[in-house]
Amino acid sequence: MIKKNIKYIAILALGLVACESEFDNPIEESGVYTSGDLDLSNYVALGNSLTAGFADGALYITGQENSYPNILSEQFALAGGGEFTQPLMADNVGGFSDDPVTFPSRFVLVFEDDGTPVGPARYTGGSPSTSFATNLASSFNNMGVPGAKSYHLVAPGYGNAAGVALGAANPYFARFASSSETTVIKDALDQKPSFFSLWIGNNDILSYATSGGVGEDHNETGNLDPSTYGSNDITNNNVFASIYNDLVTALVAGETEGILLDIPDITSAPFFTTVPHAPLSPLDPNFGPQIPTLNATYGQLNLAFAALGVPERSIEFSTTTASPVVVKDESLIDITADLTVAITPVFGPLAPVVAAQYGQARQATSSDLLVLTSSSVIGQLDTDRVAELVGLGVSQEMAGQLSVKGVTLPLEDQYVLVPSEQTAISNAQSSYNATIRAIASANGLAFVSAKALLSRVAGGGIPFDGGVVTSTFASGGGFSLDGIHPTPRGHALAANAILEALEETYGAKFPKVNPGDYGTVTASNEVN
Amino acid sequence: MRKLLLLVLFVLVATVTYAGGYRVSVQGQRAIAMGHTGVAVVNSAELVFFNPAGLVYLENKLNVSVGVTGIFSDVIYQNEEFGVAAETDSSMGTPLNLYGSYKVNDWMSVGLGVYTPYGSEVRWPTDWAGSHLVNEIELAAIYVQPVVSFKLSEHFSVGGGPIYVRGSVNFNRNLNRTLSDIEGNRSNVTIDDSGVSNWGWSVGAMFNPTKNFRLGFNYRSKIIMEVEGGDATFANVPNSPAVGLTNGSTSFDAKLPLPAELTVGLSYEYQKWLFAFDYNRQFWGVYKSLDIDFASTPTGPDSVNPRNYQDSSVYRFGLQYQATEKITLRAGYYRDESPVQEGFFAPETPRNDSDGYTGGVSFAISPKLAIDASFFYLRFEEVDASYDFYQENGQNVPFGGTYKSSIIAPGLGLTYKL
Repeated sequence: MIKKNIKYIAILALGLVACESEFDNPIEESGVYTSGDLDLSNYVALGNSLTAGFADGALYITGQENSYPNILSEQFALAGGGEFTQPLMADNVGGFSDDPVTFPSRFVLVFEDDGTPVGPARYTGGSPSTSFATNLASSFNNMGVPGAKSYHLVAPGYGNAAGVALGAANPYFARFASSSETTVIKDALDQKPSFFSLWIGNNDILSYATSGGVGEDHNETGNLDPSTYGSNDITNNNVFASIYNDLVTALVAGETEGILLDIPDITSAPFFTTVPHAPLSPLDPNFGPQIPTLNATYGQLNLAFAALGVPERSIEFSTTTASPVVVKDESLIDITADLTVAITPVFGPLAPVVAAQYGQARQATSSDLLVLTSSSVIGQLDTDRVAELVGLGVSQEMAGQLSVKGVTLPLEDQYVLVPSEQTAISNAQSSYNATIRAIASANGLAFVSAKALLSRVAGGGIPFDGGVVTSTFASGGGFSLDGIHPTPRGHALAANAILEALEETYGAKFPKVNPGDYGTVTASNEVN
Repeated sequence: MRKLLLLVLFVLVATVTYAGGYRVSVQGQRAIAMGHTGVAVVNSAELVFFNPAGLVYLENKLNVSVGVTGIFSDVIYQNEEFGVAAETDSSMGTPLNLYGSYKVNDWMSVGLGVYTPYGSEVRWPTDWAGSHLVNEIELAAIYVQPVVSFKLSEHFSVGGGPIYVRGSVNFNRNLNRTLSDIEGNRSNVTIDDSGVSNWGWSVGAMFNPTKNFRLGFNYRSKIIMEVEGGDATFANVPNSPAVGLTNGSTSFDAKLPLPAELTVGLSYEYQKWLFAFDYNRQFWGVYKSLDIDFASTPTGPDSVNPRNYQDSSVYRFGLQYQATEKITLRAGYYRDESPVQEGFFAPETPRNDSDGYTGGVSFAISPKLAIDASFFYLRFEEVDASYDFYQENGQNVPFGGTYKSSIIAPGLGLTYKL
C-alpha cells in the first residue's frame, strides 16, 4: 500500500518540482554582466608561452586550462563570449615524445619524507606522449606559441614540423599550423577574430636573460635582419617596433578590438632572484674548512691584481658570513697576458693556465643576478675542466682544486647576468614597452601593463583571500617551478588585470576571478 | 500488537533518505497539514512523537498512523563578484513515520513510534565553488521509540519513553580550494559510516482545563551520535610527503549532536473547528563544531569546522475543519528561525529563517480507516551569507554568496482505529 502511495506522490510532485528557486537577480541572465562595446564571439589570443599556459618548464593540459586567455573566455561566456578552443597537449606530463631531451616533462616539487622541500625535479611518473609531428588539423582560439619572439609570428615555416629538429621551426606551432609555410599571424587572421589579445616580445629579451647574456644584443650590433638572429639574442628595438606595428595593423583591420600587454621586468622573476650572489656559507662542511687554503692561494692572485691596477678583482672568502661566488665577467678587460707574467714567480709553469682562468674573473656583487640553474652547479666539480687541466699538464690534485664551480672555477657567463647585460635587457624592454603603449593608444586598444602587475607581485605582493601572491620561488604562489612562467594563480591575476582594462576601455563588465581558487605548484615525488 | 511489530519490520527493510536541512519536520501527515503542530492535539497515534502523554486520551483501543513524505529540496547559490553559480541536485527524499498506540486500560496506554526527525541530503555539483566545504552530504537518523502514557485524571496525563537512534553519515568534500594530483583531479575525502547508534528519551505532559481546551508539553533529549572507526577515504591526493596524507582508507572519529527539543502548545476546539499552536525550542547550541579526527594523523582533530549554532525557536499555527462526515480539512503556517549564525552559513546545511505553509485533507474511507494527504511548502528568504571559518595557511577564508532554497513536500498517510 505504501509503495503504491509513493507512485501517487511522485505523480503529484511532478507538477510541483517546476516551481524551483530563482534569484531576484540571477547572474546567468543578461544584464548583470555586459561585454560593452566588444564582440567576444570569437576571441583569438596571440602570444608566446605565457599565452599558451606553459608552466613548470613544459606545456601540459592543466596549465593550458589555466592560461589567462582560457580564464578570460570563461568570464566572457557570461556575456556573449563564444567557444574558446586550445591546442591541448596529450597529457599532463608535458614535453614531446619526439624529442624528450630538448622538450622534457614538467617540473614538480619534491619533498623529503619529513615534509621539507627539496626542490623542483622533472616528473617521471609518465612519459611525454605528445608528438609535434602530429598536426591537429584544426584552428584554435589560443594561438600562444611557447618560445615565439615577435618576429616569429610573421615567419613563414615556423610551424613546419620538419624544421623543428634543425631549430628552424617551433614544435608547438607545428601541432596546429595550417600548413608548413603558414605564419602564426596568418592563421590567426584566417579565424576572423572578433576580439584579440596580443602579448608578445618577452622572448625577444628573455632568452638572452635566461642564458645569462651569452647571446648578442642587436641594439648594439645594429643588425636589423631577424632571420640572422641567434636564439639567445636581443631583438633590435626598431625590428620589434616595425613587426609589432605590422601585427597590430593586421589584427585591427575591420575595426576588430583587442588588448595589448607590455613586457614585465623579466629579471624580477624568481629565475633571477632566487640564487643569492653570495651563497657560499662557511658553515658548509664541503666549503668552510677549505677557506684558509683558498684565501692563501687567492692572496697570491690578489697581489697580482693590485699590481696590475685592478684591486677590485680581489677574491677573498669570509669565515663568518656567506661569500659571493667567483664569476667570469665578459665585460671586464681580459688581463690574462699581464696576469701570466705577474704570477709566474709564484705559479711557475702553471701560471698561463691559472692566469687564463682568472683573466676576467671577479667575485660577484649584489648587482649581479645568478640564474636559477646556477644553484645546481655552484660548488660542484667540473670534471670536463679537470680533464682539460690534466691535459695541460696540471696534476690531478691541483686540477681538482682549480675546478670547483663558482669557488675556484669562475661561473660561466651563462649563469650570471652582469650589470651591463641587465642594462641591455632593460633598455630593449623600455623601448618595446614604449612601442606597445604607443600602438595601443594610436589604435584605441585596451592596454595592460604586465610590467606594473609583476612589479606589484615582486614588490610587496598582491593580497588575495588566502594570503599574498609573491614572486618567491616555489612558495610565493605567483611563479611556477621554472621560475619564469606564472602559476594558474598568476594567470588569474593577469586575467583580472585584463578584465579591468576592458572595463575601462570598452565599458565591459565582467566578474573577476578569485585567485584563491587557482592552484600554484604541484607536489610529487614521482621523480627519478 | 502484532500489527505494530509488522510495521516495525517494514521500516527496517525500507530505505530511508532525507532532504532539506538537518532537522526535518515531517513527523506525521495530520500534523504536517496543520503547521506541524500537535503537542496539544489528541487526534491520532502521531502523539507518540508529539506528546506521548496524550495517547491515553485517544478514544479507540488501537490507533495506527503511517505516512510517507516526498521531499523535494532545491538550493541555489551564486556569487556576483566572481560570476559563479551552482544548484543542488534535487533528488527526492521519502522519510516515513509509523506510530501505533494501544489502550491497555482506562489509565494506561502504550505506543511505539518510528520516525526520522533529523536528516539531510545535499548534493552540490562536484568541484563547485564551495567544494572545499562540501560536495555532498547525506545524514540519516531513524528514531525508534516505545512509550507509555498514564492518565492521572481527566485533566492531566503524563507519558514518555526511551529513544533508540540509528544513524548514518556520508560526506564528501575537497581537501582545500586547489590541491590536486598531477592530472589536475581535485584531492578529496569521503567519510562514511552507518549503524551508529545511541539512546535518548522523551517525556510529555498534557493538561485539559476544559473539555475543549488542552495544553501540552513535550521534551525530547539530545542525542550525540558518536562515530568511532568510520571509513575515511582520501582520493586524488598528490604523491608527495608534503601533503601528509595518502590515497586510500583510514578511519575517523566524529560526533554529531541531534539536539534536544522542547515543545509547549495548546489546542482549542470549537464546534467543527480546531485551532492549535505549538512553540518549539530547539537546543542547537550543542552544535559548536564539527570535528573529524582521522586515524592516519595521530595528534588532534584534522578537520575542525566551527558551527556555533544557537538555540532557535519555531512558532507553529494549525487549523482543522470538519467539513463533512468523511472529509477533514487542515491548514497551517510556521515560522522557523535558523540556528545558523551570521558568518557560519555553511553550504552543507544551507538554512536561514524560513516560512512554512501547509495544508491537507483527511478522507474517511470507513469509520476505521482514513487517508491523510498533506502538503507543505517551506520558503527560505533569499540571503547573502557566508561561512567565514574555513582556514587556509592559518587564515580565515570566507566563502559566501547569495543562497535561496525551497522545500516542497507532499505526503500521504493512513490512520487506522479499532
